[in-house]
Amino acid sequence: MGTIIEVEHLVKKFGDLIAVDDVSLKVEEGEIFGFLGPNGAGKTTTINILCTLMKPTSGRALLNGFDVVRQPNQVRRSLGLVFQDPSLDIKLSALQNLEFHSGVYNIPRSVSRKRIEEVLKIVDLWDRRNGVVQNFSGGMRRRLEIGRGLLHYPKVLFLDEPTLGLDPQTRFHIWQYILELRKRENITVFLTTHYMDEATVADRIAIIDNGKIIALDTPDALKRMVGGDIVTLKAENAEAAVAEIRENYNIEAQRDSEGIFFEVQNGEEFIPMLANNFKSGLQSISVRRPTLDDVFMKLTGHEIRDEAGGVAVMKKQWAMRSARGGGGRFH
Amino acid sequence: MNNLRGVYIIWYRDLLRFWRDRARLITSFAMPFLFLVIFGTGIASSVFGGVGDGGFDYIKFMYPGIIGMVVLFTSIMTGVSVVWDREFGFLKEVLVAPISRTSVAMGKALGGATIATIQGIFMLVFIPFAHVSLSVGGAFLLIALMFIFALSLTSMGLLIASRIKSMEAFQVVVQMILFPLFFVSTAMFPTQFLPSWLGTAVKFNPVSYGIDALRQVVLGAQESALFGINLFGYTTSIAADIGLVALFGLIMGTLAVRSFHTTE
Repeated sequence: MGTIIEVEHLVKKFGDLIAVDDVSLKVEEGEIFGFLGPNGAGKTTTINILCTLMKPTSGRALLNGFDVVRQPNQVRRSLGLVFQDPSLDIKLSALQNLEFHSGVYNIPRSVSRKRIEEVLKIVDLWDRRNGVVQNFSGGMRRRLEIGRGLLHYPKVLFLDEPTLGLDPQTRFHIWQYILELRKRENITVFLTTHYMDEATVADRIAIIDNGKIIALDTPDALKRMVGGDIVTLKAENAEAAVAEIRENYNIEAQRDSEGIFFEVQNGEEFIPMLANNFKSGLQSISVRRPTLDDVFMKLTGHEIRDEAGGVAVMKKQWAMRSARGGGGRFH
Repeated sequence: MNNLRGVYIIWYRDLLRFWRDRARLITSFAMPFLFLVIFGTGIASSVFGGVGDGGFDYIKFMYPGIIGMVVLFTSIMTGVSVVWDREFGFLKEVLVAPISRTSVAMGKALGGATIATIQGIFMLVFIPFAHVSLSVGGAFLLIALMFIFALSLTSMGLLIASRIKSMEAFQVVVQMILFPLFFVSTAMFPTQFLPSWLGTAVKFNPVSYGIDALRQVVLGAQESALFGINLFGYTTSIAADIGLVALFGLIMGTLAVRSFHTTE
């Protein structure tokens, strides 16, 4: 096991906008590495640099030992990609899409036939191999793209929001495929997502916000950063309740639309104690383990799918889009 | 020969898509039919006093122009199919593949040129209507010329496609580039009757030479001599015509490949 992806001080600017701000990270072979952050945080830009579609403004990135700027062809051969947006030829059949892929990756014809059958069986599309992609559902298309990404036996599989816009059942199935594949092929999976539950399957997660990595650790270690269980309660008099909790337990509780919440060690034991001598009219109380949402909230002070921050995010995406368009070329 | 296979597979995909899209095959006859049969007959009978009594046979004159039109339109359209690929995301699959941008551009150019040539060959069904006769050798020469012509124009289409990002811009291309290239050429009228401002403009248009080459083959040396393009006191031969077209294509192709190379 060695380091398969090495990123050092990566920076990407679009005009005045800094999309990726001094990102450094290492991914080990066979690892599932999650990149977690809101839309416009710089996840896709980082992936685009790693897969040679974009040049970094400064910094260095190595993939499978090859430099993404100087050795793009070796890098491209080492990676499989499932893009955020669909990238199949919908006018062709599943088989023809994979044959095209074999051609551009120069997989010898004697091997490609067998491999195409193999990946189509993995993603459960062998029976539909002659179906035109146009008639496939979103989930089937995604599966085909994942199969295609695996066809040339890449070292690293990039999954950029692989289950975006899919229903929960399909998401579950796709994750089963990915986990099974990892076990069988020992490939490294680099995934970006803004679904917290998806990120939990990763061995390590980098949380990215505004182009910067603000935390990088295992999901459990990240959750421990929150510092205990989350207690949520509703009271008749919210203000009095906050004051009471501060007085009795020296805990600074916070309020949001859901009610009052705070962190505490051993939540199950804490609740009965609190309920027994609560004076501000307790209406409901619950305890739960911290999630990555809580981690994100704690680190950034805003929620990951914070639509109030949506305007800023949209502005950012527009700026990026026009900066790219201004290049006026392929990227 | 990794890149050669890449060129082949990109070419093959374009042909596969063309074959799948049979509706396009049929509708591709609509415009040439309207121009040649309707417009041609109208002009021939109202301006030149009918067809076939020893006078100027406009339909016969115009027929190679219509073949040229089909090659021109199909070439540019397939060249610009890159814009579709971008819109539908497929271009990314091509651009992250371990093949050079030159191979991508070459595969696309050859694919577009092949389709345009096939469409041009379909136009040979109008031979009886246009009162021309073509020997087997002539037909092969014509096909070869169509292919070189198409390759040049597809390269131009690719250059345009590398610069435009949306299907909206594509409409502008059709209005601002395709129609002028067609109308300001030798397709519909011989140069010698034109006022100098228009005649000069026609001579600056590479499409004029492509069509002139096709016309020389279709009408034969004698008849086409009346409509030749006069350049610096010489009437251009087939070789000169196609040489100019090829030169233009080489420039366009080089620029297109360079444009493809510029990542970001």
